[in-house]
Order: sequence, then structure tokens, then C-alpha cells
Amino acid sequence: MAGKRRRIAPPAVNPETKPFWDAAANGTLLLKKCSACGEVHYYPRALCPFCSSDKTEWVAASGRGTIYSYSVMRRAEAPYVIAYVTLEEGVTMMTNIVDCEPDAVRIGQRVKLSFRPSDGGPPVPMFTLA
Amino acid sequence: MTIKRKACIAGVYEHPTRHAPDKSLAQLHAEVALGALADAGLSKADVDAYFCATDAPGLGPMSMIDYLGLKLRHFDSTEVGGASYTVHVAHAAEAIAAGKCSVALITLAGRPRAEGMATGTTPRVYNPAAPDVGFEAPFGPVTANMYALCAMRHMHEFGTTSEQLAWVKVAASHHAQHNPHALLREVVTVEEVVASPMIADPLHRLDCCVITDGGGALVVVAPEVAKSLKRPTINLLGAGEASKNPSAGKVDLTYTGARWSGPRAFEEAGLRPADIQYVSIYDSFTITVVMTLEDLGFCEKGQGGRLVADGNLVSGVGKLPFNTDGGGLSNNHPGNRGSMTKVIEAVRQLRGEAHPKVQVKNCSLALAHGTGGSIGTRHASATLILERE
Repeated sequence: MAGKRRRIAPPAVNPETKPFWDAAANGTLLLKKCSACGEVHYYPRALCPFCSSDKTEWVAASGRGTIYSYSVMRRAEAPYVIAYVTLEEGVTMMTNIVDCEPDAVRIGQRVKLSFRPSDGGPPVPMFTLA
Repeated sequence: MTIKRKACIAGVYEHPTRHAPDKSLAQLHAEVALGALADAGLSKADVDAYFCATDAPGLGPMSMIDYLGLKLRHFDSTEVGGASYTVHVAHAAEAIAAGKCSVALITLAGRPRAEGMATGTTPRVYNPAAPDVGFEAPFGPVTANMYALCAMRHMHEFGTTSEQLAWVKVAASHHAQHNPHALLREVVTVEEVVASPMIADPLHRLDCCVITDGGGALVVVAPEVAKSLKRPTINLLGAGEASKNPSAGKVDLTYTGARWSGPRAFEEAGLRPADIQYVSIYDSFTITVVMTLEDLGFCEKGQGGRLVADGNLVSGVGKLPFNTDGGGLSNNHPGNRGSMTKVIEAVRQLRGEAHPKVQVKNCSLALAHGTGGSIGTRHASATLILERE
């Protein structure tokens, strides 16, 4: 897709999420896994949303997933594809599907991680068709 | 403790304006407040409780209490987006049942049209300290594409079609033609809905609600106050509220919080969906209605598209008359918040004061449902079941 690009708002970084965004700058997507209950969660929290333990640790995601749902935003400066992608690790995250014709996107398609720069902040995790 | 028949809706008012560049926001709140009090046959001096959400300008409820000159013993500013006012009714009833107040005023007002707001298609400004913002805002979530994510998944799992969604708008437009205040009074067809420009796949322009200025207000009173008034007594039989969200990555977009708020309200009322004669369902988008009706139990999960098709929501034609004022899709969506007008039209139906062309015969049991926030991420669902005594 040629033409205008959507401005990607810089993510708000705080002490709780700084490791996530530092890893993003190095091309790694981090998830949080609770060592008390074993559940992986997203977005990452210091306290496990399932069992409330503070024994949560960062784990690297494989970067592979499938599209759970998507929508092509047409009423925008440049159309873009927003989606929920379910990662191999089992969590589903909000993201964009990039570098493809929006009309080619379907639920169930396999996708792979591809970070994209944000406007003045750390890069953000997006996905391309695998 | 139950709120069943412990509180009544005695006054309702919907501001007739849909575009208010010449009025202030506080003024709109005051106009609807006085309108609802006049409708009830009460005066400002009778009010001992005030409820509002963040559309009321100022410090919680304090600025509007000051502006209106209210003398109160109870107030609440629960903020859950467009569902706030259905929640306020329930919370007012709880406060009345607990003896904390006897006449509660609830107001909503907004002027997004006067302010040129592109409500559904531009990002909202959120507090960056909200824990989800950094993990969502970069990807361009706006109201329309968040509801679209649910619609797309609903179509994928259940075979729901754009034509079925369109029937929701068609029914709303059939009702709005009789409402002289409705923003859009033209009857539309399924073909016109699906041919309207795509906003966020699979939602077309006519799948989306209107953007309007204006507002509305409610007066919730103790039963003994209601009995002293000249209006029909409209009892609150049951109320349910629920929150739903992406569940820390266990995302399921096929249902809304109505799955929980509905059964809670029905249980308190001692009723089933089949008992309800009229429904007001927050219709931010056509998909919102389809999913909410499923979740409330008016059909099996996944059958909502079939339920709404072929005019089944049209009063006098279908089995489940809905949003007979034209709803948010065709009539009014003041301040981008839809649950206030849902309660107002349900009360009109129960009083027999809906437009004669859309009035449900002998309407004695109605349901009003609000959704606040985004069904694609986190939202509040609130269900009220009302009875004409």
C-alpha cells in the first residue's frame, strides 16, 4: 500500500511497562507469565490478573499467531487494519496487520510479528501475513 | 435486599434539540432537569439526590448541583460511559430503598455536533495512566472499528450477514419517521444500508448511530412519592449491571456484559425475556443490538441476526418492538451516550405515551439496556426491567 501512513501514537511508558518497551526496542515481544498459577497474560501487569500473585515474570513470545478478528478502518487518512491476534502462547492482543492489501486479510490467517516505529516513542508490535 | 418495586420513574424528559450551538453544556443539563421535574409534577425543592456522569461539567456532581441550586442529602457520579444513566437508575433505587433519598434527579447532556466531534471515527483522548492505553492506542482503536471487530467475529462464528444487521437500522428508521424530533426521519431499506459507505468493515455508515447535541433527564422517586403524583406509576422491578473486558488476553468478542446483567435483572424481577413486551436496546451500532438481544436471552447465542431480520423489531409488525423513538440509529444519541434515551422511551411506552403509530398495545412490562465503553475492549452493561402498575 502506497500513500499516506497513519500516525502511530507513541505508547505511554511507565515503570511497570518499561521492560516491555525496552525489549520492543530490541525486537522482542514480551508477555507476562505468573510463576504461581502458570497463566500467561496480556497486557502485562505486575500483579497476576488471575491469581493476584506478584510473582510474574517476563517471557519472550514466539511472534507467531493467527488473526482472531479484524476490521479495515476506511474512514481515516489512510485505511488501516486493526486486529486481535491470538499468539501461540495463548493470549490475544490488539494490533495492526501491516504490509498487505487490507482486503486480503481474513480471520484465521497466520501472522508473524513485525515491529513498527511509533511517532517519537518505542516501536510497537504489529503483524504481517505469514 | 432487593430494589423490586422500591422505586419508580416519575419523570422523564428528552431535549427536543439535536443541534445546540447556542446553548452551554450546563444550560442543557438544567433544561432537561427542569423538563423531567415538570413531567413528574415535582419542583426543584423536592429533589434530595442528584446523579450525573462526566458529561456534567465540573467537579463530579458538584458544579451542576451549584448551577441548579439544589439542596441534597445524596449524590453519585458513577461514570461508565453511555451506560451511566441505566446504572444511575439502579443506584438511585438502591439509595431510595436504603432511605438515603426520596427524589433523585439524573441528567445527561452533550453537544458533540456543535463541537464538530467525529465521534466514532477519531481516537478519544484517554488518561495515559490507564493501564491499557499503551497497548491499544498505537493501533488506532476508535469506536467504530472496535464494534466492527465484534461484528466481524460474529459473522465468522455464526454466519450473521450485513443484511441481517441492516434490519436493525431499517426498524429504527420505520419508528423515527413518526418522531418529529428525530434527526433522521427517512425510512431506509436493507439495500440502502448495505450500499452506504463502509466505515470500518463490516460496518457501513448506516450501521452507525447519529451524532447529536441535547440530553435527557429522569426523576426516580420512592413509591409513596409516586403515588402522590398524577402520572402513571412506573415501577423498577429489577436491575443488573456487569463489566466485560479482554480478560487479560482471553479475548472473546462474541458476547457483551449483557450476558450477566440481563439474568441478574430478570432474576430480581422474577420474569423471563418472553414476558417483556417492549425493549429499548442501546444501538450505538446495529451489531450492538444483535449481540445484546442474544445476551439478554431473547434468542440463542448466534441467532440474533435471524431474530432481528424481516421487520421483527418493528412495532406493530414484529414480535419484539424495539427503540420506538428511532433510537440512536435514527433519532438521538445526545452527548454520544445512549442509555438515557433508552429509559425515556421505555417509560413512554409503559405510560402509553409513545407515538400512536409505534405504541405497543397494553404495554405493561419493558426492558431498557445500556452499554458503556467499547464492546471490542472494556465496557459496562446495565439492564433495567420496568413495570406499569
